[in-house]
Amino acid sequence: MSTTTLDAQTPTSGRPSAPNAAAPRPTKRPFPLVRHSLALAKRSLIKTWRTPEALIDVTLQPIIFLVIFVYIFGGAVAGGTQEYLQFLLPGILAQTIAQGAIAIGVNLNTDLEKGIFDRFRSLPIPRSAPLVGAVSGDVVRYVIVTVSTFAIGYIMGFRITTDPLSAVAGCLLAILFALCLSWVSVFVGMKVRTSGAVQGIMFLVIMPLSFASNVFVPTSSLPSWMQTFVAWNPLTHLVASMRGLFLGTPLGNHVWWTLAWCVGLVVVFMPLALRAYRKKV
Amino acid sequence: MTTDLVIEAEGLIKHFGETKALQGVDLSVARGTVLGVLGPNGAGKTTAVRILSTLLTPDGGHARVGGFDVVKDAERVRQTIGLTGQYASVDEDLTGRQNLQLIGVLLDLGKANARTRAAELLEWFDLTEAADRPAKTYSGGMRRRLDLAASLVGRPDVIFLDEPTTGLDPSKREDMWNVVRSLVDDGSTVLLTTQYLEEADALADEITVIDHGRVIAHDTPDGLKRIVGGQTLEVRPSDVSRLEETATILRQVSDGRTEEIRKGVLAVPVSDDQAMTATVARLAAAGIAVTELSLHLPSLDEVFFTLTGRTASEDDTTTTKEVAA
Repeated sequence: MSTTTLDAQTPTSGRPSAPNAAAPRPTKRPFPLVRHSLALAKRSLIKTWRTPEALIDVTLQPIIFLVIFVYIFGGAVAGGTQEYLQFLLPGILAQTIAQGAIAIGVNLNTDLEKGIFDRFRSLPIPRSAPLVGAVSGDVVRYVIVTVSTFAIGYIMGFRITTDPLSAVAGCLLAILFALCLSWVSVFVGMKVRTSGAVQGIMFLVIMPLSFASNVFVPTSSLPSWMQTFVAWNPLTHLVASMRGLFLGTPLGNHVWWTLAWCVGLVVVFMPLALRAYRKKV
Repeated sequence: MTTDLVIEAEGLIKHFGETKALQGVDLSVARGTVLGVLGPNGAGKTTAVRILSTLLTPDGGHARVGGFDVVKDAERVRQTIGLTGQYASVDEDLTGRQNLQLIGVLLDLGKANARTRAAELLEWFDLTEAADRPAKTYSGGMRRRLDLAASLVGRPDVIFLDEPTTGLDPSKREDMWNVVRSLVDDGSTVLLTTQYLEEADALADEITVIDHGRVIAHDTPDGLKRIVGGQTLEVRPSDVSRLEETATILRQVSDGRTEEIRKGVLAVPVSDDQAMTATVARLAAAGIAVTELSLHLPSLDEVFFTLTGRTASEDDTTTTKEVAA
């Protein structure tokens, strides 16, 4: 075969056009971080949709906790199951949604082991986009927690005594808090070697926050040294805000405290997480 | 005289703690050509590719890809390159199509174009049928093809292939080679790493041999084969009693030493393209039937033995482990 015929040769295998023939190059568009993060958030959603078993923790845990605590401790703590359910549900929602934030660190830690992040990092997109996208995609998990907690709560007899708008605001506040707390989880996920360790460390963070708070019992029953911790605990403020918004208890400054914590968590842990991600080889 | 170098690296150094992955590596690839980077596990091939594709920053030296510095102009470099890693970097929970569309959107092709491009690549890589199944259901070969397709979404000028055929069976390897060849026909510049001289010989215009983070040879495939002694002809006569006669014939076609490398198999180094046909003719004339007759390029071990005086696998266990993570 001569060179000329080789040059004129079209793909012999019957494949259509060549895979990489020159074509117009992609053009730059504005707001890359937002657009790329959204595209990557969609990736998280597809993954969640494909592996619904990964949602078992956040859907079943509030149900189990509500049933156990209401019927076992209700009588002793609040003098009646119905009263205790009203008191407990906002707390359980806050606790579960905070625990839901553990998953993102665990998932990202496993993701980094696979090659997919190499792919992202070799693309001309903002380096933080895969993380921001993954965190935003988790909103869906938090919505599912919220809905399943309310569903079982309603079946058991929980009732919102304020108005729907306040109730929605309460839920949004919880979801916002979880998103901000996610950055702690992401940071740990970037720093620690194994996903099991991420789980362990985050559990050690969330556990004291859940119990040394107003989630299960009124804080007045706690020893005074612990009350200091409880007064600073972000979950205390989140739960007090939700009780106010769901049940009309006094709101005080709790919403502001919660928002301040949200800002604080993001300001501190988002840059740390992004830095750890960039350094990760 | 200036050649149009698309990839140029000078004195790349990278250490991971005690491990000296790269100790001053130079690489250069001219536009529209293929450079084969040949070396055993732990030689530093992957580290070099990761530096050139902006995933790692070098501790010393500098590199330019497509005219842009990989550290200072990393963003521009990323617009130029496609990377296919040693481990298929696709999202297993996404379908093949979703994987490619995601990359398209991330490359700012726009939704419609990303969809068209994904369909085009799926078809080209024979993945259309499996396009809407999650990638975790794909076979190893399909995953590799999807991975390669993913790195071509943005029609990169420069393509890095890190051991593209490791773990593939021989027929799939041949397919991958054809893909690489058509990429080059389209005008792409390719840097591929491999552990097989055979692969580098089949695809590369030039070969750089790396060992322990250093370049130990750089030549054309022919040049390299001249250094390491060309090919080996292996013959297994059907009748073992005629081994001696066969050896006599082999001595006539080659001036190298004839050896019995396995029981009943004779091997002789040949440098001449006619050796195979000459051997066949003489064997036929003598009426010796053979069950095996093949030409082999030297293995990586043999290349290394010639270049360094020791085998490539000799020290695998005692020294560096390829830093791939």
